[in-house]
Amino acid sequence: MTAKVVVTGIGVATPNGLGVDDYWAATRVGRNAIGRVTRFDPEQYPSKLAGEIREFVAEDHLPSRLIPQTDRMTRLALVAADCAFTDAGVRPGDIPEFDMGVVTASTSGGFEFGQNELKKLWSQGSQYVSAYQSFAWFYAVNSGQISIRNGMRGPSGVVVSDQAGGLDAIAQARRQIRKGSKLIFSGGFDASICPWGWVAQIAGGRMTTSEDADRAYLPFDANASGYVPGEGGALLILEDAEAARGRGAENVYGEIAGYGATIDPKPGSGREPGLRRAIEAALADAGLAPGDIDVVFADAAGTPELDRIEAEAISAVFGPGRVPVTAPKTMTGRLYSGAAPVDVVAAFLSMREGLIPPTTNVELSPAYDIDLVTGAARTANVRAALVLARGQGGFNSAVVVRAAD
Amino acid sequence: MGRRVVITGIGVLAPGGIGTKNFWSLLSEGRTATRRISFFDPSPFRSQVAAEADFDPELHGLGPQEIRRMDRAAQFGVVTAREALADSGLDLAGFDPYRAGVTIGSAVGATTGLDNEYRVVSDDGRLDLVDHTYAPNHLYNHFVPSSFAAEVAWATGAEGPATVVSTGCTSGIDSVGHAVELIREGTTDIMITGATDAPISPITMACFDAIKATTSRNDDPEHASRPFDGTRNGFVLGEGSAAFVLEELESAKKRGARIYAEIAGYASRCNAFHMTGLRPDGREMAEAIKVALDEARMNPEQIDYINAHGSGTKQNDRHETAAFKLSLGDHAYRTPVSSIKSMVGHSLGAIGSIEIAASVLAMENNVVPPTANLHTPDPECDLDYVPLTAREHRTDAVLTVGSGFGGFQSAMVLARPERSLA
Repeated sequence: MTAKVVVTGIGVATPNGLGVDDYWAATRVGRNAIGRVTRFDPEQYPSKLAGEIREFVAEDHLPSRLIPQTDRMTRLALVAADCAFTDAGVRPGDIPEFDMGVVTASTSGGFEFGQNELKKLWSQGSQYVSAYQSFAWFYAVNSGQISIRNGMRGPSGVVVSDQAGGLDAIAQARRQIRKGSKLIFSGGFDASICPWGWVAQIAGGRMTTSEDADRAYLPFDANASGYVPGEGGALLILEDAEAARGRGAENVYGEIAGYGATIDPKPGSGREPGLRRAIEAALADAGLAPGDIDVVFADAAGTPELDRIEAEAISAVFGPGRVPVTAPKTMTGRLYSGAAPVDVVAAFLSMREGLIPPTTNVELSPAYDIDLVTGAARTANVRAALVLARGQGGFNSAVVVRAAD
Repeated sequence: MGRRVVITGIGVLAPGGIGTKNFWSLLSEGRTATRRISFFDPSPFRSQVAAEADFDPELHGLGPQEIRRMDRAAQFGVVTAREALADSGLDLAGFDPYRAGVTIGSAVGATTGLDNEYRVVSDDGRLDLVDHTYAPNHLYNHFVPSSFAAEVAWATGAEGPATVVSTGCTSGIDSVGHAVELIREGTTDIMITGATDAPISPITMACFDAIKATTSRNDDPEHASRPFDGTRNGFVLGEGSAAFVLEELESAKKRGARIYAEIAGYASRCNAFHMTGLRPDGREMAEAIKVALDEARMNPEQIDYINAHGSGTKQNDRHETAAFKLSLGDHAYRTPVSSIKSMVGHSLGAIGSIEIAASVLAMENNVVPPTANLHTPDPECDLDYVPLTAREHRTDAVLTVGSGFGGFQSAMVLARPERSLA
């Protein structure tokens, strides 16, 4: 039940890098990938900035038959899955088919694909809707397509908990390993930078209207005015630690050591938000004390009220200013279900290099008693990290990762 | 055996009968709730039939703000969650709220709400750069269907882990299976779980038209859903929700709860074959069934009834018939099998939970619901599908299965907790 579960392969696609090496090269030096939206003309909308993946050409990586049946988020996920297998030094055929599965998180599904088909339905007629619409947009599509492409027939799943879901998926993947699966893919991808997705995100009321790419997404800053959305995500390969050692896995990034999740009480109840309890549950699950955590990767909502709640929860658990906190997602924008898996990747790479990547563009507000790593990356011996993620509706999830022995 | 998980509360909202009692009346009388679509003019569509629920949110206690901000599927989910909690007699106020969690299954989330709002912001598809000034605030709740889990948590007072499980048409089994795992591992003691979908909208009809998955039997809507019948020609779209209160067995006993059934085993597998297609051998569903039985520590012979996926497509009916034979051997021929989709249609992600409710009610009543409209059996489907009328039958354990787009295959075993363990 409490077998150690480790990450042995990673595939990432983010606005500041495709692949683990490019992502980390950009992240460790704080390269900002936020810019004005280019996928459509954002002029008429109050929010105009996003973290876009600009170099990705799906046709370079995937068979042509997959292109018409996939949304952009699925193409990114399929390519990341290929990269993760390569990174792990495993071929799908090496492992019994019922012992491999895929558990992903989704936030909005294939919204761009959906917009195109809704347009056909309402402007041309129902007979013009694509035969692929029945599955290309829905939340389960990435798990389904990854399993098909790689012949993975074991326990699989899909969770949706807004931006907290990426951690919930990793936790569910860990459960499946502990129940006996040999290899589970986990993580999340979203890519809804299309007009229809943009309007839905604006409706959420938390996006910044700033047009200055270097001063737009400013969590824990006195000028915080909302977030910048992005696209992309990460997929991680999880294996049982003993089994990974047994097969001679060369790339053991570290352990998924603890997890906790809560949902906030109904707005207006006056009860404490659930983030502190999620952190405490994750630490207890990992068997670690607050003093064992070397860095916190914050959710970093970028709105004053949510930043305050997060800073207070961190201070309550660790003591004011007692643990370094960072939010490298300030470089990419918030990637929805992909955000937290990318932060888990960043946490492992921080351990590997002994370097905490910076929270770019932010000047810490004196209102928050946290040790935010701003400006440049900070050298540190990182053995254990806490990753936080929250979603609209009050979802709070926390994962503790630890260096492999 | 570690912590065991039981169902102590049920809420159902299904076509033809809202509430658990009406739902069971429909099933046990073998009536059908399929009809010509009334929600919009179905005449442009190939398939014009659906199983619609006659649902008035105000009558079910939802306030004007809840009605405005929630998609129909979210409304269903909140109504059934409240019914399940009331049925359980549990007062969450007496518990640590962090020990109570929520998992809600949904295949297509707020697809109906999104369809409606898209029409407005795009001016019926005229605008590519859709107009945000016409978008309501709650559009974000439609954009990300985890809002359903948040609404159920707020409605019930749970503050532990909460999520939506969205694995296509197995969501309603997988959501409950996920909840069971959280109690077993000790993360929670109580789960509010289940599933909801309200997909009867033009975009859903259009996408199933495009692949001819839904029936074209528009001249006889009441008899359009014909699982395992040689004349079937596709499924009938439905809608609805079922919710459950799950508790750890010993604590449920201690508080004197009414225990409907133990969720004894659950497993899910992927066919890794095709997003919509099934291989005829049923191998992955059979594997899920075997693993679920192992987890329940039961033999195939202990299964008294199989609640089939039975969607009414030729490929499904043959696929799962093969899966039952592969997993249960000769016992597949001896145990009754039926599909309630013949009566309440296929509500995508919700139906798995609605079928769990039907399975539990079969155990409660020792009555197996029938497969309606089954007059001329498909010769390739040669099991006992309980045609037309319900059957009195001692039912101590039920196997319920689901199969869906994406290749997901799930199986759950429900049994009486006092059974003998293999």
